[in-house]
Amino acid sequence: MTRILAWVALILGMLYFILPLVGMTEFSLSMRRGVYSLDAYTTILGDPRFRQTFGYSVLMAVATIIFGVLLVVPTAYWVRLRLPWIRPYIEFITLLPLVIPAIVIVFGYIRLYNTSSWLPLTGSSMGTNLLLVFGYATLALPYMYRAVDTGLRTLDVGTLTEAAQSLGAGWGTILFRVILPNVLVAVLSGAFLTFAIVIGEFTMAALLDRPAFGPFMQILGANRAYEPAALAVIAFAITWACMGLIQLVTRLQKHTRAGA
Amino acid sequence: MAYLDIAHLEKSFGANRVVKDFSLPIDKGEFVSLLGPSGCGKTTVLRMVAGFETPSAGAIRIEGKDIVPLRPNQRNIGMVFQAYALFPNLTVAQNVGFGLRIAGVAGKEAQTRVGEMLDIIGLPLAEYGARYPFQLSGGQQQRVALARALAPRPRVLLLDEPLSALDAKVRVRLRGEIRDIQRRLGITTIFVTHDQEEALSISDRVVVMNAGIADQVGSPFEIYNRPATPFVASFVGTLTPFEATVIDPRVGTVMSGGLTMNLGRPLSAETGTAVPIALRPEAVQLGRASGREIILPATAREVEFMGSVIRIRAEAAGQSFLLDTFNRPDAPPPQPGEAVEISFSGRDVIVIGV
Amino acid sequence: MVGRPRSPHVTDTSLPPSPRRNVLAPILRMVGVVPFLVFALLFLIGPTLYIVLGAFQRTGGGWTLENIVALNTPSVRNAYWVSIKISFISALLGCLIGFAMSAGAVLGGLPKWVRSPLLTFSGVASNFAGVPLAFAFLATIGPAGLITMWLRQDLGINLRAYGFNLLSTPGLIITYLFFQIPLMILIITPALDGLRREWREAAMVLGATGWQYWRMVALPILFPSLLGCLALLFANAFGAVATAIALTGSSLNIAPILLYAQIRGDVLGNPHLGYALATGMIAITAVANTVYIVLRARSERWLR
Repeated sequence: MTRILAWVALILGMLYFILPLVGMTEFSLSMRRGVYSLDAYTTILGDPRFRQTFGYSVLMAVATIIFGVLLVVPTAYWVRLRLPWIRPYIEFITLLPLVIPAIVIVFGYIRLYNTSSWLPLTGSSMGTNLLLVFGYATLALPYMYRAVDTGLRTLDVGTLTEAAQSLGAGWGTILFRVILPNVLVAVLSGAFLTFAIVIGEFTMAALLDRPAFGPFMQILGANRAYEPAALAVIAFAITWACMGLIQLVTRLQKHTRAGA
Repeated sequence: MAYLDIAHLEKSFGANRVVKDFSLPIDKGEFVSLLGPSGCGKTTVLRMVAGFETPSAGAIRIEGKDIVPLRPNQRNIGMVFQAYALFPNLTVAQNVGFGLRIAGVAGKEAQTRVGEMLDIIGLPLAEYGARYPFQLSGGQQQRVALARALAPRPRVLLLDEPLSALDAKVRVRLRGEIRDIQRRLGITTIFVTHDQEEALSISDRVVVMNAGIADQVGSPFEIYNRPATPFVASFVGTLTPFEATVIDPRVGTVMSGGLTMNLGRPLSAETGTAVPIALRPEAVQLGRASGREIILPATAREVEFMGSVIRIRAEAAGQSFLLDTFNRPDAPPPQPGEAVEISFSGRDVIVIGV
Repeated sequence: MVGRPRSPHVTDTSLPPSPRRNVLAPILRMVGVVPFLVFALLFLIGPTLYIVLGAFQRTGGGWTLENIVALNTPSVRNAYWVSIKISFISALLGCLIGFAMSAGAVLGGLPKWVRSPLLTFSGVASNFAGVPLAFAFLATIGPAGLITMWLRQDLGINLRAYGFNLLSTPGLIITYLFFQIPLMILIITPALDGLRREWREAAMVLGATGWQYWRMVALPILFPSLLGCLALLFANAFGAVATAIALTGSSLNIAPILLYAQIRGDVLGNPHLGYALATGMIAITAVANTVYIVLRARSERWLR
């Protein structure tokens, strides 16, 4: 009885999840009347705006990841090592982006950093790009911090640091040659997740008026029929690849740990 | 007839026979331990009695009625788990009253029963009743688990390694309390453990299990002094094993190395056959003593100070002997390498399997 | 056993030798988190505070509740109400369906191999939100979508005639479920894993049926987690802007779309009304998340 119910729940659930994926794939192949074709994809891939916006978003994602790692890893490490009492407060701050909708944060940016403010970041395109990276870093903060902090928990940070110090290592060496390699898997997991979030992000990029992939998809969706479905397939493939990479690095780590 | 009768029980997981032809009649009010290393099948036997595993063959009868077809919630059996397994969302009183609530016992009657049970385990209702499990120590949690199991007056009590998760001191105290409560309530109990000291100290009878088979069933005294198989001999307690040859089975003379011993009892083996024999460390004496007719010059090799007892490994007659001697503040133990004398009696020699 | 002695020159650096350093040490130690705090202040807390404070200020300066009061127009009220409705229903359905699927995979009923692909897929689907998700649903049950056309051409069923429209409240709910259900699976599975087998067995030997075990033990234990998940899913849907915009353009009047329009073009005619609108959104998600955090702490306390 329970088993039948469980199967029914699973199959109905799977149907719900698979149908839209089938739908978008089918639609993306139907640009030429009557036959399946890759026309939608060729159109998209040939579109210079696609290349520009996609390249821009990849660049933003990479910048966000680098900035996020540089911000989160030393902080999480230092908090674990020297300021354990502050951890709940830091953790609370890192969870705030889940509470404050992204649209509100970016609204604040626009008002706080406009051309007539003390820090006119939105005055130049470079400044706005920077602002977008910071915005993305806040979006990624909950996931990045959680991943790194969990990674650090499995290490004995104190002993590791003392051991490195006793061998004459400075803080830079400790952070980049001892701590970072040991939380690399956590950092990579956070990085891939960040990539998946940033690559198709719409709200922040659109409101800051940046030529990113998310707003491009939205504009295309308002004007075309088949190309958006092809974009959805591409976006889904990217998300899937990011999650696959997370699984891959986690599994690789398990193997090396087991072998050690 | 036995109150709880386990007859020819079998259990296989796939091709793996975990329990093989296991039979054990238990009298009403008896405290029986299943002792063995992990994977010997003792927990599987217990889980079959509780109803969590279905036997591949065999019967489990309580008062003559087979309970195998019954589901766990129809068996009226109490069980205590290794990891307490108290319901974390219920208070101590609610945990103890859980079985009563299920049975439809309510109001004053249930309240009284819960109070009684909490008194028995020494956690009075007034003080502890409203606490949650996470506010109790491990020992207290396990006591509550015991009270919870006993509250609905089960026919049989099953204890699945209930002391393994506790600190050494709490473990010793709680096992005494468990035995005390069990005696007072007169409840038939099966206790599963891998700790031989635990099993020997509180049981009426001990079943030593090995690879799904009951190697030996007997009182703690019998198990310790007359191990039936080499496995029982090696698993229960410490001993020094020897190979010996039977010289005269009628009077019980054997020879080991160059040493002839008279065991003071007839042997069932033929002259010239090899028999495994062994000595407990406490049967060997440092120096001479009355009644220990075999006296050997020896060399102390290792001296291990264990508190009230000092364990010494000595070599004599080309053999290695373990011996225990009580600590006496006025007589320091020998140094390794020192020449000593050891003595023992042939009557204390254990013949394994006889 | 003898404890291994520490290497002599490894001293505990958290205990500096001189009293002078002792005074400075706590301050110096704080330096390590300064970059993070500055970042959080400038790009997370500051902008939010600016908005929240702006909601209580007049254009010329001075404190007021006018902006909050001015939100009470039929259009804004309706936007919040539709948003809350969509978020709540999609959260509730997401919780129920996600729980059922996770329970099926974790507590038996389904074979063991289902679990790992289910979790992997949930990881992907919960992050497949925003614009592409809207496209996927448009291509499937939109006006010219795969299923819509199939039903119309092959079975003669016109969804539109039955009142179904993807660009509507129910349509949005169906779309949101695509990331709500997987999110639920991801956060409730560890909680279900936390249900120990012994609890069920202990309840069984005490005479309880499966249903009694669920009613008296398992559900009360899971209850804080379930309610917490509901709150998290609610906040998750409430802040979703991209999916809604890509799906409906600006035809649907919900709070995030209204705010989006306000930021782009001051449709309310008063920037401080925009602040008030945003503050209202924060207030609602903050309540939902506070519920989540409090309840999670409670369930963790039990399960310590």
